[in-house]
Amino acid sequence: MSSATLEKNSSALADAESSAAHLVTVTFRIRRFNPEISDQAIWEDFQFQIDPKERVLDALHKIKWDLDGTLTFRRSCAHGICGSDAMRINGRNRLACKTLIKDINPHKPITVEPIKGLTVLKDLVVDMEPFFQAYRDVMPFLITTGNEPTRERQQSAEDRKRFDDTTKCILCAACTSSCPVFWNDGQYFGPAAIVGAHRFIFDSRDEGGEQRLEILNDRDGVWRCRTTFNCTEACPRGIEITKAIQEVKRALITRRF
Amino acid sequence: MKIHKYDTVIVGAGGAGMRAAIESTKRSRTAVLTKLYPTRSHTGAAQGGMAAALANVEEDNWEWHTFDTIKGGDYLVDQDAAEILAKEAIDSVLDLEKMGLPFNRTPDGTIDQRRFGGHSRNHGEAPVRRSCYAADRTGHMILQTLYQNCIKEGVEFFNEFYVLDQLITEVDGVKRSAGVVAYELATGEIHVFQAKAVIYASGGCGKFFKVTSNAHTLTGDGQAAVYRRGLPLEDMEFFQFHPTGIWRMGILLTEGARGEGGILRNKDGERFMEKYAPVMKDLASRDVVSRSIYTEIREGRGCGPEGDHVFLDLTHLPPEQLDAKLPDITEFARTYLGIEPYTDPIPIQPTAHYAMGGIPTNVQGEVLADNDTVVPGLYAAGEVACVSVHGANRLGTNSLLDINVFGRRAGIAAAEYATKAEYVELPDDPASLVVEQVERLRDSTGTERVTEIRKALQETMDANVMVFRTEQTIKTAVEAIGALRERYLNVSVQDKGKRFNTDLLEAIELGNLLDLAEVMAVSALARKESRGGHYREDYPSRDDVNFMRHTMAYREVGADGVESIRLDYKPVVQTRYEPMERKY
Ligand SMILES: Cc1cc2nc3c(=O)[nH]c(=O)nc-3n(C[C@H](O)[C@H](O)[C@H](O)COP(=O)(O)OP(=O)(O)OC[C@H]3O[C@@H](n4cnc5c(N)ncnc54)[C@H](O)[C@@H]3O)c2cc1C
Ligand code: SF4
Ligand code: FES
Repeated sequence: MSSATLEKNSSALADAESSAAHLVTVTFRIRRFNPEISDQAIWEDFQFQIDPKERVLDALHKIKWDLDGTLTFRRSCAHGICGSDAMRINGRNRLACKTLIKDINPHKPITVEPIKGLTVLKDLVVDMEPFFQAYRDVMPFLITTGNEPTRERQQSAEDRKRFDDTTKCILCAACTSSCPVFWNDGQYFGPAAIVGAHRFIFDSRDEGGEQRLEILNDRDGVWRCRTTFNCTEACPRGIEITKAIQEVKRALITRRF
Repeated sequence: MKIHKYDTVIVGAGGAGMRAAIESTKRSRTAVLTKLYPTRSHTGAAQGGMAAALANVEEDNWEWHTFDTIKGGDYLVDQDAAEILAKEAIDSVLDLEKMGLPFNRTPDGTIDQRRFGGHSRNHGEAPVRRSCYAADRTGHMILQTLYQNCIKEGVEFFNEFYVLDQLITEVDGVKRSAGVVAYELATGEIHVFQAKAVIYASGGCGKFFKVTSNAHTLTGDGQAAVYRRGLPLEDMEFFQFHPTGIWRMGILLTEGARGEGGILRNKDGERFMEKYAPVMKDLASRDVVSRSIYTEIREGRGCGPEGDHVFLDLTHLPPEQLDAKLPDITEFARTYLGIEPYTDPIPIQPTAHYAMGGIPTNVQGEVLADNDTVVPGLYAAGEVACVSVHGANRLGTNSLLDINVFGRRAGIAAAEYATKAEYVELPDDPASLVVEQVERLRDSTGTERVTEIRKALQETMDANVMVFRTEQTIKTAVEAIGALRERYLNVSVQDKGKRFNTDLLEAIELGNLLDLAEVMAVSALARKESRGGHYREDYPSRDDVNFMRHTMAYREVGADGVESIRLDYKPVVQTRYEPMERKY
């Protein structure tokens, strides 16, 4: 073990450590809607200065805390693990807390809108109930038969790996609300629910695969997917959603999983 | 105003709340009120793991775990509770596995385990592999698994309901819990929940610090609600500063990174922990490592242009190991710092992390009204509570354990109580306090802004009651907080509406933070010793003669309406472990 690592390895590190904040002026163009005031949504611009290393969430806080307290959005963890703040930023679904200003061209107005396909309740807040309902509908819990073992159920590292990717989901809805099929028909389960089902179907400990597959075989199930890859591109957890959906489709045909 | 009636009401849907809900829903009619959607709770942020002496990968037993917990807590731990924690750890991990939690596996298919700070073999001989984990998203997997099982059990949730008041009725001179009052975010409507049993599982209060690993929503609402009703808060001066937060942002980089072999280095590249903790080195307990980091910084060996941080070095670990074991935190470094942890060390500093103190309970989760009287019908579990299994300093991986062990216990105890007990009559006009609070803030034309007061609070807390404290710094904090509380009376919000008025709720949350910050500072001022997370430069050693006891802080309102804090003390439960000097 050496200490050689501390020769400054990259200019990225030097950048990260430099505390000289060079502020830039940004314009945030936000889709506002408050049914207590009007039934029309409008665009509103906010201009202010910010360090481009900050997050879009920091910018929204700056607006809410310094400029307009009525701006409404959900957030909690501020580092991409709670799934509260999926929104459309410059036309793409992202988490506001995982998007740095410098990564989205601060020199042009930055547009922020609620995610699509779910009813807007106020500003960036949408009704998440249908989204969670679809998730609940796929029976997202381990189903087993027979007596419980006294110790843990065994699972090989390889079997564990089989469904690792889909365990990462934080239920942010970035995928489902970027899916054109879902926009057109809110009955479609949507990618997130299928991800939730995949996580159990491919878990070697689970015995409910058949039941879940039947649910997804429904007319609003996996067959509606048109493989547009919007979901995969939108997922802030980097889950290969389209691949997971394809695996579920294949399992429906072969009944092997 | 709407009135609801349930046997059991649970406040909070993090790990503790949902673990309790799974038990109590099976036994009693239960409602879970939560200000966040359950899966948004901060349990999901936990990374490193959950301790249990499974002995899957090397020799281990619950007695060693008990000892480490007590020693880690600098002997302020109630030893009976620690023993329960360590014993029930094993079943509580196995229960989660059976519920579906995808733990990482050993080559033989059992739950894999890794090292974590302060957990040792045979009373401190060497680090032991005790932490059960799922990559570096153990908390995420616990939260998901519990939520999934709540769906399976049909748990009834009231999402985005903020509990703002605890209802207490005195019956024959005994304070009993009658229910809670909640504010519905979507509509602004106020709801009274009458319940035979109430369980607080509303999490921590780290947002009174600026650099913190805690979510924006961790504002101590539960602690504040019961405190305001005259119930005590225990050991609030003990707050844990986790050694490795991302510099300036506070985002946590799990101790598991050091468990996997990561090393802390100063600007000379020196592995400085060797000096401070020759045996456990980088895996000494958190208070020790955080103080060591600040000592390096104060003595001029910090990194960066301002010498205000040190490095967490993972560059000697194989990229495959980082990808398999620490994917999320390496991703944080890339996203938020723009650096590649395969090749660059990560700038870190201690970050305010965990409240050891909270609402005092016994081992059944029953809330205490004083040193030994319980409040019938009132329970608490998780970070909001103080059992006390963490004493003056919590060991890593013992909180995910705590929420499961004591969440389950509280869920069972509350539901069993509720099935036998009668409803306690609601006080007259039960929602009055909340209605008054909401209306005052909404109608206020005051000139003070939430954001400025909150910023000032966080700055004074970081500057004065963080890793190093002295009489003078704490007094500065107490005065500053007092002045901010005055200013808070004159605060107003811009959003006057009913729907999703988060402006209003942030103002209410700030009020809670101010109350709790004051309790913390006042408790810290009175504790003239150093123990665990509470380090007084003017009293640098532990003083078992005068301070081997828990602080109990009560809110008092004088006849003139003036509020003050009264401090009392409660003995520590000691069973078999004699206090020793703590060395790592
Ligand atoms: C970044 C990070 C990493 C961590 N890593 C580990 C680890 O590896 N191992 C470990 O053991 N511990 C770890 N911890 C500590 C541990 O995760 C927490 O202490 C624990 O998860 C707290 O769980 P809880 O259920 O008490 O609270 P939370 O999970 O915070 O849940 C609180 C709940 O209360 C609700 N709530 C709050 N206020 C109100 C209100 N007014 N009305 C209604 N509902 C309300 C919220 O909606 C939420 O559902 C970590 C902590 C952090 C911050
Ligand atoms: S799959 Fe990805 S985008 Fe979809 S809900 Fe889960 S985390 Fe969000
Ligand atoms: S605030 Fe939690 S994911 Fe963005």
